[in-house]
Amino acid sequence: MNAKGFFTDTTVCIGCKACEVACKEWNQLPDDGMFFTGMSYDNTVDLGASTWRHVEFVERPVPLAGQETAQGNFSWLLMSDVCKHCQRAGCLENCPTGAIVRTEFDSVYVQPDVCNGCGYCIVGCPFGVIDRREGDGRAWKCTLCYDRLKDDMTPACAKACPTESIQFGDLDELKDRARTRVDQLHQRGMSEAYLYGVDADNQPGTEGLNAFFLLVDRPEVYNLPPDPVVPTKKVGQAWLSMAAAVLGMALAAAGAVVSSAGRRRQ
Amino acid sequence: MAECHPVGFQWVMEAKLRGATIIHVDPRFTRTSAMADIHVPIRAGSDIAFLGGIVNYIIQNERYFKDYVIHYTNAPAIVSEEFQDTEDLDGLFSGWNEEKGQYDIESWQYGGVDVAPATEEREMFSGEPKSERGTQIAAEHFDHTLQDPRCVFQIVKRHYARYTPEMVEEVCGVPKELFLRVARALCDNSGPERTSAFCYAVGWTQHSIGVQYIRTAAIVQLLLGNIGRPGGGILALRGHASIQGSTDVPTLYNLLPGYLSMPKASYDTSLRKYLEHNSSAAGWWSEMPKYVVSLLKAWYGKAATKANDFCYDYLPHLTGDHSHMVTVADMADGAVKGYFVMGENPTVGSMHGALHRKGLRQLDWLVVRDFAVTETADFWRDAPEIARGEIRPEDIKTEVFFFPAAAHTEKDGTFTNTQRMLQWHHKAVEAPGDCRSELWFMYHLGARLKDLYRDSTDPKDRPILDLTWGYPTMGEHQEPDAEAVLKEINGYTVADGKPVGTFRELEDDGSTACGCWIYSGCYKDGVNQPARRKPGSEQTWVAREWGWAWPSNRRILYNRASADPEGKPWSERKKYVWWDGAKGQWTGFDEPDFILDRPPSYRPEEGAQGTATISGDDPFIMQADGKGWLFAPNGLRDGPLPTHYEPQESICKNPLYGQQCNPARMEWDRKENPYHKAWGDPRFPYVITTYRLTEHHTAGGMTRWLSWLAELQPEMFCEVSPQLAAEKGLTNGDWGTISTARGEIECRVLVTERIPPLTVGRGRNRRTVHQIGLPYHWGSKGLVRGDAANELISFVADPNVSIQESKALTGNIEPGRRSRQRRVVTTGPLQPKAGGRENPRDLPQARRRREDSHGVKAGEAKEGEQT
Repeated sequence: MNAKGFFTDTTVCIGCKACEVACKEWNQLPDDGMFFTGMSYDNTVDLGASTWRHVEFVERPVPLAGQETAQGNFSWLLMSDVCKHCQRAGCLENCPTGAIVRTEFDSVYVQPDVCNGCGYCIVGCPFGVIDRREGDGRAWKCTLCYDRLKDDMTPACAKACPTESIQFGDLDELKDRARTRVDQLHQRGMSEAYLYGVDADNQPGTEGLNAFFLLVDRPEVYNLPPDPVVPTKKVGQAWLSMAAAVLGMALAAAGAVVSSAGRRRQ
Repeated sequence: MAECHPVGFQWVMEAKLRGATIIHVDPRFTRTSAMADIHVPIRAGSDIAFLGGIVNYIIQNERYFKDYVIHYTNAPAIVSEEFQDTEDLDGLFSGWNEEKGQYDIESWQYGGVDVAPATEEREMFSGEPKSERGTQIAAEHFDHTLQDPRCVFQIVKRHYARYTPEMVEEVCGVPKELFLRVARALCDNSGPERTSAFCYAVGWTQHSIGVQYIRTAAIVQLLLGNIGRPGGGILALRGHASIQGSTDVPTLYNLLPGYLSMPKASYDTSLRKYLEHNSSAAGWWSEMPKYVVSLLKAWYGKAATKANDFCYDYLPHLTGDHSHMVTVADMADGAVKGYFVMGENPTVGSMHGALHRKGLRQLDWLVVRDFAVTETADFWRDAPEIARGEIRPEDIKTEVFFFPAAAHTEKDGTFTNTQRMLQWHHKAVEAPGDCRSELWFMYHLGARLKDLYRDSTDPKDRPILDLTWGYPTMGEHQEPDAEAVLKEINGYTVADGKPVGTFRELEDDGSTACGCWIYSGCYKDGVNQPARRKPGSEQTWVAREWGWAWPSNRRILYNRASADPEGKPWSERKKYVWWDGAKGQWTGFDEPDFILDRPPSYRPEEGAQGTATISGDDPFIMQADGKGWLFAPNGLRDGPLPTHYEPQESICKNPLYGQQCNPARMEWDRKENPYHKAWGDPRFPYVITTYRLTEHHTAGGMTRWLSWLAELQPEMFCEVSPQLAAEKGLTNGDWGTISTARGEIECRVLVTERIPPLTVGRGRNRRTVHQIGLPYHWGSKGLVRGDAANELISFVADPNVSIQESKALTGNIEPGRRSRQRRVVTTGPLQPKAGGRENPRDLPQARRRREDSHGVKAGEAKEGEQT
């Protein structure tokens, strides 16, 4: 089975939230509460246990290349965020029960019947995607519509997207398409366009995302980390530092013994 | 469009991908603006000035498509010497009748020849019906050089000469450079090689001069040659999935199916007279008798015979205006007994909720069919005036019946979209519980009525007894077969019941029956044509095998205009329909919208009648003269040319004319319907405009009860600029209270750069205008609640179609929650009248309003209702 993923082209996202609704409807997710945030048109705030697709609305005091408006320094960036299904998935690597697995589609899937709600995965995700649902206790996130993929169907969000901002398919093909799109935008004068997390070179900390993005501003503007690193990537380094620390402490201890022995000798 | 029609917007995005320039004109920077190449913030209510500016730009810079304009529009037609323009009369056209308070259109005619409009209202003017015979226009009435000062082209040129870029800036608050950028982009993308399209929605229609907004776009598109050609046109984006369908097979009081006029009681007293008054001697409307007789045959079957005028007398005959607002005002005055509200929530979705509820309180009975018990269904126990104890539920005598309705996924039927395309939807699941389709409801209601009258011998009951009602039913709930209805709409030959293939097969002798002539062909060969779903990749780019478009599965109307007068495509790039000389017929990628074998060289003989009057170079076959009308000599109540008038309530005096507002607008002078000053009302210094959001559907009946949608926009809010927020001390996320003389609502405040203040006026009158944006989805019920924006809006209407003015009015905003005082106009205005001088809306000679439209004259409040 080829690796599957999403290419989310934010330059054609119209912020309709059809992806959010389709996702919730297909996966029968509960609402996230009814409260007005005052943050542009975003009232679901972020990805979480019950919101697996989330549309960002960024009102930005910067003009968009190629756009004319009487407002001058202003543009509105729209972006549908989702679990990145990282090549090095922090949640999966942190999961002590084996509830989180990598599927035949190369997606990262939480098995709800195995998850015991320990929450280690939550701290393992550099994007803050996965979360535990209150009252349920287990961890939840985007499944890349595993059940739909089994039946050769497109994930609900991509199916519902009217402007093909969310594209689903074989990862290799998506990457080609995304690079072509960036070239096209550059030719049209939108030199800011770039891919976020398209592969390991692009994002070493995750070794690439199976759900990657085309952005036109810094990642932070979209509430994405500029240089995400999966904590388990640092295991080796951590062990090394620990080894160094142990060694250091041993040396210090030994030194102390030696020096005190020396003093006693005096 | 991205906000309210995200699915349709995918095609705009596709066009953009192919290099199209997307221009968005809106007071707000919306999701559409975010995708646009050019966004133009505009003062709400000033679009005619903006579009008129484009007309002026096109003419002054000679950017119009000359051959198209000369041959396909009425630009060369010479207009009556009596005609006087708004330039001559300070904002009025000639023909204003002070006595009647309406226009007499005699002076707008072509050099003394009467000409009929394409649809309805043919005889509404001056009260007297006119026979439409003799409408062919002789050649001496044209000047094809467009130089005659009385020709339409020169009249249009003079009319818009003052709509300069500077004037656009002054009126609309659009910087001159930005306006010129738009005008140039539009002209650069029009002509033989290119076309441009306009899309609009209720932002254009819901004004006291709404119809003329669209007329102005029509003038622009005709001048640029963008009608009847691929990639051109003016597209009305409808508010619901099948609003187009409910105009075609109408829910409108003044139309029969297929845009046939409703008979008028006073003079359409027989079929002969009705046809004489309503059909045209020239052009395609000369075929009308066939459509009327076939409709009567479809409805009254065997009972309809030539001897009894095919039961013409059974049809309801109009005695006056029964449009929405007129009916609600009548209701409030106790003149209406019962009311069906189906799939609508007027106390939230329509103008002036308080007056609507007052109307509902006077009814004997009310039937509401909806998914949930809406604010309209619960008006008697859940409303602002009840919460405050002004009205007690026990004093309301109205009997309310609520019927749960099936959703579109739970029933078969069609949607007709903006391009007139019918698409069939199949029932996916059974409706739960007692929920039933509209078809089920109407069918069984009719069946029960017929049963009740079964034994009647009273002649007045014949229309019910003779009504054909034999639709087969299916299943446990006896659901009528929707395809049987489609077949009736399509039409059939009476003798054998065989579906007709096109309306050209219909006859006026009773041998054919047809429920809606323009839909004829939708059940051709007994096949459900709207249900066709052949993928685009397996057919031509016109995709004529996806669904079915009226008329005759034609995807572009008036497509004869895509070829030049000789019948050759204007360009290879925009080739669509052309004359095939070898075969002697029109051909192309689409069904030609023309008489198939009529050569481009054809000219009617002297005295020709009916469709024989259509010349080989008359693409606009529904018009009596076959031309696109830059200047409308007939068909409109408020002038032959669109003119900038200010809304009923404005922040400024009309910068162009002494006449402030549309002189022909409809007003309701009632104590519950107070108006602000025409301009400069110190109590209400801001512009208010209302709109929809992607996340909710109109009055919220489909969305506020659904958690997945409700959580996305969970509270009523207003949008204000940071500048206005600073001026009024408003805080983002906190409360604000918005008021007009009709009502007061509270909502959350969203402070955003997306609704910028504009600068209007000139010289020392230059000033900043703040606009307040209000989505109107919320009410007092559902998972998410909030005050209804439409409590703020008055009853005032466009005279042509009686639509309310909810897209441009004035109001005020204050920080904090609403007062505990009375907040809707149950017993009169909420606030005392503003002092000082009354600013007149009308010139002295235009002070009178038309009487017949709603029974109350302006300036003459009903007895005992003086405020």
